[in-house]
Amino acid sequence: MGRERLYRTEAIVLKRSDFGEADRLLTLYTPEWGKLRVIAKGVRKPASRKSGHLELFTHSRLLVAKGRNLDIVTQAETIHSFRPLREDLLRTGWAYYAAELLDRFVGEGVENRLLFNLLLAMLGWLCEDVDLDLTARFYELRLLALVGYRPQLFHCLACRAEIEPGATPFFSPASGGLLCPRCGEGQRDAREISMPALKVLRFMQTNRYELCRRLRIGRSLHAELEETMRRYITYILERNLKSVEFLQRLQREMSE
Amino acid sequence: MRAIAEPVAKLIDEFSRLPGIGPKTASRLTFYLLRAPKEQALALADALRELKERTIFCSICFNITEASPCPICRDEGRDRSIICVVEEPLDVLAIERTREYKGLYHVLHGAISPVEGIGPDELKIRELLERLKAEPVEEVLLATNPNLEGEATAMYLARLIAPLGLRVTRLARGLPVGGDLEYADEVTLTRALEGRREM
Repeated sequence: MGRERLYRTEAIVLKRSDFGEADRLLTLYTPEWGKLRVIAKGVRKPASRKSGHLELFTHSRLLVAKGRNLDIVTQAETIHSFRPLREDLLRTGWAYYAAELLDRFVGEGVENRLLFNLLLAMLGWLCEDVDLDLTARFYELRLLALVGYRPQLFHCLACRAEIEPGATPFFSPASGGLLCPRCGEGQRDAREISMPALKVLRFMQTNRYELCRRLRIGRSLHAELEETMRRYITYILERNLKSVEFLQRLQREMSE
Repeated sequence: MRAIAEPVAKLIDEFSRLPGIGPKTASRLTFYLLRAPKEQALALADALRELKERTIFCSICFNITEASPCPICRDEGRDRSIICVVEEPLDVLAIERTREYKGLYHVLHGAISPVEGIGPDELKIRELLERLKAEPVEEVLLATNPNLEGEATAMYLARLIAPLGLRVTRLARGLPVGGDLEYADEVTLTRALEGRREM
């Protein structure tokens, strides 16, 4: 899969840090090469021709030159800047979360075009939608499925029995999804999951976003969904996401 | 047995901990100093010592200074009704170079960056709010960088300051002097259009 000396790619900027005098180290997500780390030279100077096109969460068309160590961006042109993400603090916070989650789940240089499409769609949804918690849950479920951690929401992972309405089942991050009331009893990391929460997760796992975005979800159910997904994701990554802390703080301060 | 004298190795180690300096550059700098006149090397050592021993944060604006309050905060001639909020001490220098701004400053020491774990508590935000309540300020000029982190910081501050009823302004965003219209991104161009001026 050798890249040519000068190659073209689309990219979304996930992360960046200052480097040297006026350069930046960018972490990109691309359709052809997956996660890619590149250098953008001189982009911290005000008159840089590239800087505006290489902002965080911008979808751009790039020309990249192969470098000895890291590749170097030589040209950049915005395809979509997702402006509302830059003008609303809560949306900014969610975009950080979306990028960090993806960054944590993928290694460098592994192609996953569907994941690229998901991220692109996600940035668009974050610009428009009202219930961003719902959007985030949908994104988490899709992302987990695309990287091989699709939670099992229909069968008990111990006895394979189908989970049906009635007795409350358990969600166990270590098992990778549901346990029936009998198998889950006494399991250390298993927590009960309510039927409404389970139904929402099942619906989101099997339907398109256009349908899912119409769901209307109350506060306490949202809290349960968030807690369930957060526990699962934290278990897999073995760490907390830094953007979550910021988001929670924002939500707390805004509701005051 | 080591091929290199202990003090040399130690200095190379210290240099390579600096940002942007790799092991090769570190050795080059070390051997340069080794051959340089003694005064030059000692002057560097003194400068380093003074950097740490003779500088403090200004207790009011958190700029780096030799004496607190800093010369700007002490200057009676400056306009005390306006505070310019910047990310870094170097930004104060940049704005001072314009000779256009006569007010006071407040240095945050960074910008909100959730992924790097820099949240509001890591910045001098609480100190800014206390200042705004205690001093006769009428306007807060948010001069954080025009990138996502700077914008997020500015939005966050604007929301916190709003209840105090002060005038909150943001440095204008648009095309850079010496720039090229055809290379401008749409966000910059949109803002330049919005902020157009009568000629």
